[in-house]
Amino acid sequence: MSGLMQTMTAKALALSIPLSVHLDLTYRCNERCVHCYLDHQDYGEMTTSEIKGLLKELADAGVFFLTLSGGEIMLRKDFFEILEYARALAFSVKLKTNAILIREHEAERIRSLGVESIQISIYSHRPAVHDAITKVPGSLARSVRAIRFLKARGLKVIIANVQMLQNMGDYPEVRAMANELGVEFSIDPTITPKMDGDRSILNLNIEQAALKQLFRDESLAENVQESCAPPRKADDDDLDAAPCSAGHTACYVSPYGDVYPCVQFPLPSGNVRRERFLDIWLHSTQLRDVRSIQVRDLPTCSQCSHVAACTRCPGLAFMEGDMRGPSIQDCEKSFARTGIPSKNLEAKRASSAGPARARELIQIQGVAIAPVLL
Amino acid sequence: MTKKRYVARSYEIAARKLGSEMMIMSGRDSTLFSLNDVATVIWEAADGSTSLDEIVESRICSQFEVQPCVALQDAETLVDELASHGILLVSHEPIFPPVPLQLEAR
Repeated sequence: MSGLMQTMTAKALALSIPLSVHLDLTYRCNERCVHCYLDHQDYGEMTTSEIKGLLKELADAGVFFLTLSGGEIMLRKDFFEILEYARALAFSVKLKTNAILIREHEAERIRSLGVESIQISIYSHRPAVHDAITKVPGSLARSVRAIRFLKARGLKVIIANVQMLQNMGDYPEVRAMANELGVEFSIDPTITPKMDGDRSILNLNIEQAALKQLFRDESLAENVQESCAPPRKADDDDLDAAPCSAGHTACYVSPYGDVYPCVQFPLPSGNVRRERFLDIWLHSTQLRDVRSIQVRDLPTCSQCSHVAACTRCPGLAFMEGDMRGPSIQDCEKSFARTGIPSKNLEAKRASSAGPARARELIQIQGVAIAPVLL
Repeated sequence: MTKKRYVARSYEIAARKLGSEMMIMSGRDSTLFSLNDVATVIWEAADGSTSLDEIVESRICSQFEVQPCVALQDAETLVDELASHGILLVSHEPIFPPVPLQLEAR
């Protein structure tokens, strides 16, 4: 993060300004990715007029960075009307799309509207693998064609490569494809639970050995020795910090107007159809609760040797049953990086017999019957 | 006599006022800029139809303790700097670009 960006974030934090908002325009999609956390239904999306009203409220609240995502954003017939309005309100707009509906005409419109960047998911360089993940024959070819259209117009394109069992050996070739196309490349080894709490898709997560290999790939990390070094001792600054930007300078709004701390943190905090966005942002009990948490308040994680460098996601912890608890996926990442188990992993190992298994399941489901089984 | 200069906010930027500071991101290279109070006043007044000397006279000299000739010289330098990053458009004729509607924040 640049110095000015840090200053801007600090200022936004001090002034209670939501600097970044991720707005999903729809959960409908023309792909059916095997790892997707959404249900692809339409239960009553916000209308064009409602979205424009929301965008005005977001601009008034001081939002600078706006991510428009879905679902597939291009399935909204009013997508360009929304984008045009967002740019007229001077947001820095980032688009997330599978791009299969972007042809030259759409690429030209996106360019003319001054979008900051377009993130496009590419799972593999092999059509058979990519298309099997999206369940749409020909989708890789269409997405790559769109990338060429966008890049030819000088737009910033980022290929996002989500790692899962189906494609875990393919990222070097996807990165090579990004280089050939002249676009950026990002990699994410985390599959998240479905928004309804269904955790079955977590079975697609790559295994510990593959995760370890990924973190040690010198072509991905700037400094493997540093990023995989044993964790440093936490100081007061680490413990006084907020766990992440969710609810502090960033939040998420669903196609139905529901406000959450983050797209990966499904804690319902209000609905913009019933209340003004700013009132939710400033006064929601849930967001205030999220904001009240400092790292030192996390019962397990604050005592963990990884606390100073952990990428713990409060949303994933929430989906495990406790937003103040650990997130096992991040514990596994810390272990893969350093070879040192987190406090949470140690506890799970120590009690890996039957009763502990029951406790783990209960924590996941958030059912208050743990004492009986324990 | 020096020709008048007109300035307009580029559409190829993102901008928001945080407190009294204007934060601007260049659409050309995603560089982030922070404008101080005086620069923010000039940037907000850059509507393409008001000349820079009028902006300085009506918006700067009336709000800040500064000599008009010094203020204009500083404003010229600032405008050239912002124009070089594609944040402002500058012309000797009035400019009528699509300007962002909403720049204010709380």
